[in-house]
Amino acid sequence: MGKLFGVILTIIALASAYPIVTHMYVQPVDISTHGHAIDEQLADTMAEAGLSFVLAQLLLAFCVWKFSNRKEGAKVFHLWGGAKLMVVGAFILVGTEVLALGVFGQKAWAAVYFTSPKPDALQVQAQAGQFAFYFRYPGPDGKFGPLHPDKIDEGNQNYFGLDPANDVEARDDIVTAELAIPVNREIHLLMHAKDVGHSFYVRELRIQQDFVPGLDLSLHFTATQAGRFEILCTQLCGLGHYNMKAYLNVLSQEDFDKWMKQKASEQ
Amino acid sequence: MRMRNVFMAGMVIFFSVSMMAPARPSGGTVSGKITYEGTPAKQKPIDMSKETSCAKQYATPITTETVVTGPNNALVNVVVYISAGAPDEAAPSKAAVFTQKGCRYLPHVLAFQVNQELNVLNEDQTSHNIHPLAKTNREWNKSQPAGSPPIVEKYDKPEMIAVKCNIHPWMHGTFAVLKNSHYAISSEDGSFALPNLPPGKYTVTAFHESYGDQSQEVTISGSETKTVSFTFKAKPY
Repeated sequence: MGKLFGVILTIIALASAYPIVTHMYVQPVDISTHGHAIDEQLADTMAEAGLSFVLAQLLLAFCVWKFSNRKEGAKVFHLWGGAKLMVVGAFILVGTEVLALGVFGQKAWAAVYFTSPKPDALQVQAQAGQFAFYFRYPGPDGKFGPLHPDKIDEGNQNYFGLDPANDVEARDDIVTAELAIPVNREIHLLMHAKDVGHSFYVRELRIQQDFVPGLDLSLHFTATQAGRFEILCTQLCGLGHYNMKAYLNVLSQEDFDKWMKQKASEQ
Repeated sequence: MRMRNVFMAGMVIFFSVSMMAPARPSGGTVSGKITYEGTPAKQKPIDMSKETSCAKQYATPITTETVVTGPNNALVNVVVYISAGAPDEAAPSKAAVFTQKGCRYLPHVLAFQVNQELNVLNEDQTSHNIHPLAKTNREWNKSQPAGSPPIVEKYDKPEMIAVKCNIHPWMHGTFAVLKNSHYAISSEDGSFALPNLPPGKYTVTAFHESYGDQSQEVTISGSETKTVSFTFKAKPY
């Protein structure tokens, strides 16, 4: 019976490694300049963690096979060093693994988060609120008008709380429900939560960043492929969370200019 | 035999009178037109792309309805009602119906009486969460998945209540909860009429969701029709 358990463990370990080793799951298309680094990092993590998992399971299966069905009263074999060696060994092993992932991962992480966008990056403000995203472009003057939370009037599409009557800079701001961007141009996304925590997730951009109320966070990225992609909220934010999404529309520069003109006329 | 003739005659008179009653004018009328002066805020197209089942119902996007205007500066969706001078009335038995269709509130402004039954319907393929922002009445918000039965509610105090949907931020409407049955909502040409007013002195109030309210005094004697008009100041922002 013990030997059978060892065999089953081996089958489970190898069967669960199979779809990952053979890339059975197709990854979504990567449309960003930094996405390949994230993909490599994920692949490295999967290889490292997967290898450790399979080896540990095989070791367990071996022990179950070798030491099961012992006779009553037989002498118990103790590994040299006892529990202390095991604990210290585990710390060193796991510590090295985590450290290695961090060191190799910094090229994926730091290149995205710890660098500044180019000065000519297109600035767009993203606002997350229950249960929709809205985006704001600064308009021809290149400046965002100040926000006045008391002026928020959703019935009149004033989702950001702009006061065009008093703020000249707010008059040409363009507010939209979709995030349209030109292809191959760096975007500097300024993130702002209206109420609770939300998240900005675009699978194809390999970006997932939380919105935190009270914190001005920002992201920068460059999309390399035109198309329409989903922006999802991946932070449970309330009753309508399941329904909180918007679209990322990556356009050619020409189409983007046309779109911008159209949106400006609707304001 | 004699008794029977008298009875028949009585019945004939009774029926004639009761048939005539609705046709007989039972009082005066206040009518008029609501207009605006100035430039009203631009009504913007609504992007519903996040809710595909609603977005596909419109060939061109619908616009916001915070200020709806008609020809000749007519102001639509203004609630005109008797705010003083008329006695409070018991609620009618017919329910007021507020429908969520195409991620929009129909009608945009719904007037009904204190303690009158309010039925909220969801005719969409998606969930809504209706949230009337009551201040003097008890505030509530209720989730209504597609295909669920009507929400039945009542308000026990008069109030103008802004209504929003907690799931679709662009959805916006107004409840006007009133003390009596003398109310009207200005039509496409800005006109309104409050018929069947017994003789007396009244305060007529006009309420617009973006421009607030205005009142005028009017005295009705007999079955006359008095004209009362209101002009709201519109601002571009």
